[in-house]
Amino acid sequence: MKKSTLFDIISPIMIGPSSSHTAGAVRLGLLARNIYKNTPKKVIFKLYNSYAHTGKGHGTEKGLLAGVLGLSVEDRRIKDIFESDIAKTIEYEFQYQDNFKYHPNAVDITFIGENKMFISGESVGAGEIAIRQINDFHVKLTGKYNTLLIVHRDKPGMISQVSSLLQYHNINIASLFCDRSAKGQQASMVISIDGHISDDIIEIVEEIPEIYFVSYIKKL
Amino acid sequence: MNINTFEQLHEICISQNKKIYEIAQENMAKEADITVEEVRAFTNRSLFAMKEAIQTGLTSKELSLSQMCGQDCGKVQKRFRQTPAIFGKTFEKIITYALATSEENIRMGKIVACPTAGSCGILPSTLVAISEDFDYSEKVQIDALITAGEIGRIISNKVALAGAVAGCQAECGTAAAMSAAAICQMRGGTVSQVLNAAALTLKNILGLTCDPVAGLVEVPCVKRNPIMAVLSITAVELALSGVESKIPIDEVIDAMEQTGALMSPTLKESSQAGLATTKTGMEVQKRVFG
Repeated sequence: MKKSTLFDIISPIMIGPSSSHTAGAVRLGLLARNIYKNTPKKVIFKLYNSYAHTGKGHGTEKGLLAGVLGLSVEDRRIKDIFESDIAKTIEYEFQYQDNFKYHPNAVDITFIGENKMFISGESVGAGEIAIRQINDFHVKLTGKYNTLLIVHRDKPGMISQVSSLLQYHNINIASLFCDRSAKGQQASMVISIDGHISDDIIEIVEEIPEIYFVSYIKKL
Repeated sequence: MNINTFEQLHEICISQNKKIYEIAQENMAKEADITVEEVRAFTNRSLFAMKEAIQTGLTSKELSLSQMCGQDCGKVQKRFRQTPAIFGKTFEKIITYALATSEENIRMGKIVACPTAGSCGILPSTLVAISEDFDYSEKVQIDALITAGEIGRIISNKVALAGAVAGCQAECGTAAAMSAAAICQMRGGTVSQVLNAAALTLKNILGLTCDPVAGLVEVPCVKRNPIMAVLSITAVELALSGVESKIPIDEVIDAMEQTGALMSPTLKESSQAGLATTKTGMEVQKRVFG
């Protein structure tokens, strides 16, 4: 378990009533937006378990939509987001399901637009969140660090090439999470870093052979 | 240096002849790679938001989404205008401010989760009411809030501050311990008096369940805030008089962790027992969610 800091205890400043069901929902929406990057035409939110059952009383749907639209956890517009003009810029739909394989406060977010993207996450308590899946890949993103998401071919040496490059630029890796679809097929790396990576370094990463896709996801 | 227990915190404070907030702000600055002034500016931003929530909550009459709560702050203000409270002006303010903040929270207003949203009224009510009535400067208020934060941080090392994990003792209980520490610091308490105030508070909320009606942060949460706030002040007065917790605070937290683990999951934010499943609780659940 990651230890809390003093700041974690005396914040966040947020729209109530629940850190997990309201602020957590906003943060899940925001991080999903940072991952998707484009403006979607439509978003489908599928709420599970406690999110599905008590979401309405906690403004969970409002929070999720507000996050996807880029509002912060302390934005007073969250309360009346469904009536706001910014909510008219996209289509959205909410679905509900009980599935006890999922975390009590879980949501799947599907973006439909220029490209389609599936993101699954959970609100783990006290406003903290974790994105667990992006399309076919298992990931772990908390929004606390700037993070590099890399999809590449599953073969020896890929991790070391990327980590050497980061080392060369004096970038410290805070955590590294890897997954693959199947041996020798597509694999993913989720690299959380201290500080920031500049665009030119990201371009060099993109040029590494057999790296198919690089996305730099900004922290919340 | 990592501080994981109150014993370590106490030792460092004594050996360096520093207050809890001094150690806490230095460590936070190191952790986040910022200056102590920036730590204090962050804290001040939270403090400002707490005051703003109180001010907004004092005048709003809007009900929560479930229609269960939102008008109790108005009721107590009205009564206190006619009939003074038994314990005087500051006591009235604490009750009023705690309700104002908690009601802001459940009507989707802006609050500071300190440490959680459900317990957001406890610490601000005592901190702001007592600062106003005893003319404490902004510096003293920030010192107090950092002290409170450090208490919450060390508790959270052992017990997750979530009703779903350890019951309400971890949420409103921790908030009350933080309130006790903040006020004890403000009133000039020594390091060990501050820790005693927190320990005495925690010992009296052990076993507090989280059984909210309809799963909402409303009943009993809203009214629990003023009641906990006042409890924390009792602990401060005891600690400042030299009354000590016979069980050291680290051991009280061990007990809290154990109690949380032993508590039935039905009483930990799942609304499957306790107040949530009373006859009236079930009726509310049905009315709100069908």
